[in-house]
Parts: sequence; structure tokens; C-alpha cells
Amino acid sequence: MKSFEFYEPTTLAEASRLFAEAHAQLLAGGTDLVIGMKALTETPESVISLQKIPGLTGITTEADNSISIGAMTKVREVEVSGDIQQHHTALAEGASEIGSIQIRNLATIGGNIAHASPAADTVAGLLVADAQVDIASANGERRVPIDELFTGPGQTVLRPGEIITRFRLPSPASGSHYIKHKIREVMDLAFIGVAAAVNLDNGTITDARIGLAAVAPTPIRATEAENLLNGNAPTPELLEQAGEAAAAGCSPISDLRCSAEHRREMVDVLTRRTLQHALERASA
Amino acid sequence: MAKLPVSLTINGDEHDLLIEPRKTLLAVLRDTIGLTGTKEGCSTGDCGACTVIVDGKAVTSCMVLAVTASGKEITTIEGLASDGELHPVQQAFINTGGYQCGFCTPGFIMASKALIDENPDRTEEEFRHALGGNICRCTGYTKILEAVLEAAEEIRTTA
Repeated sequence: MKSFEFYEPTTLAEASRLFAEAHAQLLAGGTDLVIGMKALTETPESVISLQKIPGLTGITTEADNSISIGAMTKVREVEVSGDIQQHHTALAEGASEIGSIQIRNLATIGGNIAHASPAADTVAGLLVADAQVDIASANGERRVPIDELFTGPGQTVLRPGEIITRFRLPSPASGSHYIKHKIREVMDLAFIGVAAAVNLDNGTITDARIGLAAVAPTPIRATEAENLLNGNAPTPELLEQAGEAAAAGCSPISDLRCSAEHRREMVDVLTRRTLQHALERASA
Repeated sequence: MAKLPVSLTINGDEHDLLIEPRKTLLAVLRDTIGLTGTKEGCSTGDCGACTVIVDGKAVTSCMVLAVTASGKEITTIEGLASDGELHPVQQAFINTGGYQCGFCTPGFIMASKALIDENPDRTEEEFRHALGGNICRCTGYTKILEAVLEAAEEIRTTA
């Protein structure tokens, strides 16, 4: 690991000023950055820890069931939170899929998102929760919908000095589910990740949301499939059409993990399957 | 960069050190303090051999910059036994032969201790899944799992 200057600011403004400098990196949980620095794929001149800034951790539930998650909240806390499990099941399930418990005790949800891997396990759950991302810098604050945050692999709309501070999840869907397509039970990266969330109104699907990871340069919503579902009763034929529409709407690549054809085929299969689970939960 | 003052509480003893920011907690435990019970396996967080307990949570110490552990309570394998008496998890690994070459054993024991402290009532399947971040290259998982279940039972009944 190369040497670097280490900073532990206690305010966001100070962290933002330091982070705006060239060759600076933020340290959240460290599970990506420290490994990258060891491999010399990351060689920052300064590392700015967010761990001493108050107010960036914790999960709070408002009276309307909307939930706010601090960006420095550990992934393990998201996984075991009763409120997240109940109201945003797909997000809790996604969190439980990251690495090992040892890694989830270090890794933060903000880091998982800011790293902007198209395969991040918490991203599909945040997409179907319609999450808003709070961003702060020395120049002020702004809020960006999660589906507008990513611009490419490892790339976001974050400007120099901007720091993700919080995720805001509006009122929840009544059923949601996440499936990670993988080889190993734990300690694996997703071939693809698929999340679905639905509400049911007298047997009719409303607010269908489908989030897809690792099937395009950024995580995406399957909006055509969602439009097919909304306003209709959940029949096997409809779910089949939704799966096909989701597969048609993605643009996967072939890499050493699996082929584009396999990814596209599995989007079809797993969209159907996640929808079934989400619908079962919604009608329970 | 210049070394920074860091105060680590390791197995109950306070250590005031000057540490380069690029040093991992694992490196400081082994090379600075001389506690070599914690093992370096993959050094990328994949194998769990370097597992220690920080403020009650099992973490892979190869991924932690030591400067960020300042002020925290760290427990390593050397801190489990007390008054010459092995911790129930250590004793169970001996009873069942839950080790072969021994290299992964400290990581397995620390991860298991944290899991049992959190919830000793896990099923065999739940323990197996929760220990997925620890790898034994001798592949002696059957005896390891027996040890964890025996220790959980012991801790449950004496609690």
C-alpha cells in the first residue's frame, strides 16, 4: 500500500473541502478502498475518513412508515433491521447477500452505492424502494433519485467534494423480494441481481417496481415490464410477459463470470420469480 | 505520511502507539504488538483467517486501517482464555478435533464466538451459512461445525 495523508474530519463541510482536492478518496467501511489500495488499483494521496462525522449512521422510521438510512450505516445493520425487513424486504435481502458477516460488519450502505458497481447487492432493493439519495458538499445539499445517480460502471453524478449522506425510502410497497443469481451461497458477486416490489389493490397490481443489477452499465429499472404489470391482475401469462419485457430492456455484457446470453435469459426467469415472491408477500 | 498517535485496547490492555496510516489492524496486531495468533491468509477479506472482534463485532482485520480502530476494544484469539481456562469455543475445537493444520482456527474461533454471543440458538444450517466467510483449506468443515454446535450448547446451558 502506498503512503497517504489521513484525515478524520468531524464535519461534512470539512470532509467535502478535503475531498474536493485532487487524488483524494473517501473512507467509509474500507472494504473496497483498503483492498484497492493494497492492490495498487487505488493510490490516493489523501484518505478522508467519514467515521468521525456525527449524524451519518442509523435507521429511523417516520410516522408514515417512510424510512431514512444514514450512508455510514453498516450493511449488517440494514440486513437485521426489523423495519427494513418488514417494509423493504428486498433491501434487507440484498444487504444479507454481501460478502460475509465480517465484511458486512465493516461495509456501509453508502459505500456500496457510491462505489457504483452495477452488481452492488443493495442497489436493486433501493431502486424498488424508489429511494432518494441525499448528497452534501461545502456548497450545500441536493437530493437525487437513486435511478438517476449512476452514469456508468464506477461512475455517478456526484461532483467533486460531494458526499452521499442519507437514503430516504418513501412509503413502502406491501411486498418485495430480491434474488441474487450466483454460484456460491456466500462470498460471491452477483451474475445478476433482480428485485421486485408490488402493491395489490383488490387483486390488481399497482406500483410495480423492478430493479436490475449487473445487466447494464448501470443498475436499471425495468420500466416496460412495470407498465405491463400496473393495473392488471397477476396471472402467470402476465408475469411471463413482464419477464420477457425486462430481458428485452437490458443490455448485459459477457465477462469472465458469465455470458450476456445467460444474463439476459436469467433476467427473464428471475424477474418472474421475484415477482411471484413479492406478490405472495403482498397478499399475505 | 508521518505516523499518527493511536490508542488501541487489545484484550483489555491499552496500547499507545505511533502508526503509519497505511498499516492495517492485522499488521499492527502481528508485527507491532507481536500477537501472531491472528493469521494473514488472503489479505483481501475473502478467507476470514484474520477475524478479530472489534467492539463486539467480528471483522476481517486485513480490511481495517489501524488508525480507524483508535479508541476501540479489540479482542484477539490470545484474549479468549482467562485464568488459565480456555474459552468454551476453544475447548470445543479441541474436544471435536475441529482443526487440522490450525491456520484457519483462530479466525473460525473468533467468528464463532461472536456468532454465539449474538445468538447461540442458531440451527446447524444457520451457523454453516453465518461462517461462510471463513475458509478451511484442509476442508475439515464437519469437525469445525461440530465444535461450534458443541460450544453453542455449552454456552446456552451455562448462561
